[in-house]
Amino acid sequence: MADLLQHLVNGLATGTIYALVALGYTMVYGVLKLINFAHGDVMMVGAYLGYATAQKLGRPAQSSLVGVLLIFLCAMAGCALLGLAIERFAYRPLREKPRLTSLITAIGISFTLEYGFQLDFGPLPGASPRAFPEIIRATEWFVFGDRDVVIWNWQVISLLIALALMLTLQFLVFKTRFGRAMRAVSFDHRIAALMGIPTDRVIAGTFMLGSALAAGAGILYAIKDTAIQPLMGLYVGLKAFVAAVIGGIGHVPGAVVGALLLGLVEEFVVGYTASSWRDAVAFGFLIIILLVRPSGLFGRVAAEKV
Amino acid sequence: MWRNSLMLLGLVALLASACERKAEEPARSAQSATSGATASTGPGASTPTAAQPHAATPAETGGAAPGSSDVILLGEVGSLTGAEASFGISTRNGVELALNQTNDSGGVKGKKVAVRVYDDQSKPEEAANAATRLINQDRVKVILGEVASTNSLAMAPIAQAAGVPMISPSSTNPKVTLVGNYIFRVCFIDPFQGYVMARFAHDHLKISRAAVLKDQKSDYSLGLTEFFTRKFTEMGGKIVSTEAYAKGDSDFRAQLTAIKSQKPEAIYVPGYYNDVGIIARQARELGIPTKVPLLGGDGWQSAKLFELGGRAIDGSYFSDHYSPDNPSPTVQKFIAEYKAAYGTVPDSLAGLGYDAARVAVAAMKKAPDLSGPAIRDAIAQTKDFPGVTGTISLDETRNAVKPAVVLEVVEGKLKYITTTPP
Amino acid sequence: MESAALPVSSGLPRSLRGLAPFLIAIPVLAGLQLVVSQAPFLVYLASIVGVNIILAVSLNIVNGMTGQFSIGHAGFMAVGAYVSGKFSLETKNLAISLLPVAASDQLIFVAALLIGGSFAALCGFIVGLPSLRLRGDYLAIVTLGFGEIIRVIVQNTEAFGRALGLSGIPQRATFFMVYFWVFLTIVVARRIAASTHGRSLWAIREDEVAAEAMGVNTTGYKVRAFVISSFFAGVAGGLFAHFVPIINPGSFTFVKSIEVVVMVVAGGLGSTTGAILAAVVLTLLPEAMRSAFITLSGGQASLAQKVDQIRMPIYGILLVALMLLRPQGLFGSREIWDVLPRWFQRRRKSVVS
Repeated sequence: MADLLQHLVNGLATGTIYALVALGYTMVYGVLKLINFAHGDVMMVGAYLGYATAQKLGRPAQSSLVGVLLIFLCAMAGCALLGLAIERFAYRPLREKPRLTSLITAIGISFTLEYGFQLDFGPLPGASPRAFPEIIRATEWFVFGDRDVVIWNWQVISLLIALALMLTLQFLVFKTRFGRAMRAVSFDHRIAALMGIPTDRVIAGTFMLGSALAAGAGILYAIKDTAIQPLMGLYVGLKAFVAAVIGGIGHVPGAVVGALLLGLVEEFVVGYTASSWRDAVAFGFLIIILLVRPSGLFGRVAAEKV
Repeated sequence: MWRNSLMLLGLVALLASACERKAEEPARSAQSATSGATASTGPGASTPTAAQPHAATPAETGGAAPGSSDVILLGEVGSLTGAEASFGISTRNGVELALNQTNDSGGVKGKKVAVRVYDDQSKPEEAANAATRLINQDRVKVILGEVASTNSLAMAPIAQAAGVPMISPSSTNPKVTLVGNYIFRVCFIDPFQGYVMARFAHDHLKISRAAVLKDQKSDYSLGLTEFFTRKFTEMGGKIVSTEAYAKGDSDFRAQLTAIKSQKPEAIYVPGYYNDVGIIARQARELGIPTKVPLLGGDGWQSAKLFELGGRAIDGSYFSDHYSPDNPSPTVQKFIAEYKAAYGTVPDSLAGLGYDAARVAVAAMKKAPDLSGPAIRDAIAQTKDFPGVTGTISLDETRNAVKPAVVLEVVEGKLKYITTTPP
Repeated sequence: MESAALPVSSGLPRSLRGLAPFLIAIPVLAGLQLVVSQAPFLVYLASIVGVNIILAVSLNIVNGMTGQFSIGHAGFMAVGAYVSGKFSLETKNLAISLLPVAASDQLIFVAALLIGGSFAALCGFIVGLPSLRLRGDYLAIVTLGFGEIIRVIVQNTEAFGRALGLSGIPQRATFFMVYFWVFLTIVVARRIAASTHGRSLWAIREDEVAAEAMGVNTTGYKVRAFVISSFFAGVAGGLFAHFVPIINPGSFTFVKSIEVVVMVVAGGLGSTTGAILAAVVLTLLPEAMRSAFITLSGGQASLAQKVDQIRMPIYGILLVALMLLRPQGLFGSREIWDVLPRWFQRRRKSVVS
């Protein structure tokens, strides 16, 4: 029983991180119908930016409230700019071209980021993993039984930060004009343009938003797993995308539900069998869902117009 | 249509019934595979692949002198990038230092020595690739490598088949030298290393219940687990839990939770440094108390261990090849020279690389000529060689019989605890 | 839409026409085998190139001719490699008494390849049937997923050596055998492209709904293309297993799948010759760069290592540049003999005017 609770806690922690990344995927897919393969790597860049900021701040400052906020802000701002640049130079020229072209471009950017960060000259960090500094001093907040279930402060803080970011996004998408423009563009971008919505700017904004969320996820992930290395975004990105598809791609709350479910399923399967099956779980889960509901849990079944 | 398939089926059945065991080929050595190039020239050719005695091929690749014949070329394969980068870099530094010193004192047989280094990115198939290239394209005389046993096992069959001697500086899995008589190593092997840690845990730390967390992606880790488990239970200890992870994983909480529930007094983690550091942290976070130390092997040896493990790894112990605190003049001289050239105190990987290169050089000096078999014989006769990691004598299975040290991690530094003789 | 070139009718009698290419190819390959067997590194390099050609040409059938998004090709390669490798390992000491040892070895090797390829084809069928109902992007992620699942299954199977891999597979692949299969794959791909079967595939690529409306059983054709493509991927894997000393799951990751996809896209989706050319260039380029840097820097290996490291991010940038500048790849969906005359004509024109 205690095991179950511990696995529950771990699964939720992982799930919220997947959710933050999945939101970026689903938003971008919604407006551009593009699988942004590079999204996981933007998360990685966010983690490294956070690392650099923390190093700059130094020992005492990095654990203070202001320090932590600064770390998050720097990483999110940096990644927002990165997302903007990627969209402007790599995706915008290909917007009217067939989808495979954009897919390959996304893969190209993903490779460039992953392997570029593995080089070790100049500011590039190199392939060896680095330890993310302890910006949240780990203390146990809830202990059940004889240390049977331990919930740490950073797990709770992580969950709260993720929830805060998701609620902010929810507010943005449903209560602001920009959000309405985003939803309009994702419905049909040509009609939206006819209605006077600046689609280019909306798409750029969506990218920036998604990338900022990914950066936040990156820092939370670094706190959870301590080590950061250039390939950390690859599998997290893929699984977050799987989560988005499970929830119904393009459907914002669906992405969160899908991600939490995926985090839990993965943790339970790994906990009760062996860790070597971890990567296969996500894809197996996806295939099962797609066989039963080909548009995902909440996806709209769109009729194809001929 | 079906008539054809019937005929085909008949042919297959005929061939299947004619299958039989091959007669034992006496001169074919244990596991080496004849490379495709020297095998049959195509179907229908009726030359049997029968026993080309392996001495024939070595003379071809080992003996022919490379183009620029006033430089003797050695090859080195190491992980200069990737997860185990610090292993490769330290080893290369050690090798370079040794070869520079050799050249300064006159070289070998009047010629200078040089080394061609290839990076295998910590991957066995790249190591095999690099070995093939070193042998066939660069035509090196001796190959130095690798550190990780999995990578050495990928390279060894290639070196053995081509008759190029290979010296591993720090692969400790016993299977490596069993590949053939051209493969050597200058370090101890894991049956001994597992014993060292088992004895330390049992006698020194007075531990009777231990858990094991092994890396199932590395021959090194699996081998050490086997030997430690065997020796520890022989001494009366009990292994309460065995869990596994894969090299490169970042989340070990599931396995550690399972181990925690069995309440061991120590956890044996015979893996590589970058995983071990994170394991230590997560173990402490999950609530495994600091009085339960982690134990390990020479795969822990790296400056990165402290960075990744932080305070969590303090108070843990591991077995290693040498300690920089060793007051012996050979060791201190080496440390001084290494510091002057590279700016840091050498770790055991650098020391072993240094020794491996010097053993190779000494053998080349002693050998009558520079052909593969001659160098091989000279290496095999290495006895009482004064290495910085201990006196090196190679036994009949081409392994070095040397003592091991146990080191403790204390506040970001290594403290020497004890030496265990072979 | 550019139509695939139909083979020009040669003057040979009907019965011989199908066989003609083989009658020419086999002696040529045998001759090359004799010449090349003196240079083992060349053979090794050529074998790697050959395997990549088979992978690219087979993937081209699905991604190029049928217009699907399959990015899990390495999974089928893995199946072929492991199954045929395991078969060879188990039958290492078996010989057919009617034949001399060398021939019997090669025959068993061929059997191993066929078995590996068939298993891969079976996997292709299992993967294809449910997924080919899905839309493009979803298909991509599902094929990727299957590739990963296959890899993880292999990694957890004791019989396949788990994470450490399979070693000791008899190294029976020769230059002749590798390039015979390269040749076979190319012939099959070209003949599919030029047949009515191929016409249906092109139709599906252009507009699936219209094709269905025209009576083409789209699912059936798609699955068939998948199965054929995975068979050859499996054979490629089998050949690979028989000239590298050790195979482990790390050789068959998502990255490998993407490398093959890049070859197909760079050569031009649907162009067999494009895929061949791209495979050759993209495999040899890093080797050439490495050798060039070693000789240029006079044996100074560290620069060559830097080149090795830079190769991958440059690969990524190249991909992006390729998509931005020439998304249709080298030859578009035509073959080299369609495109070359046009290029020459253009040059002649500019000289004259």
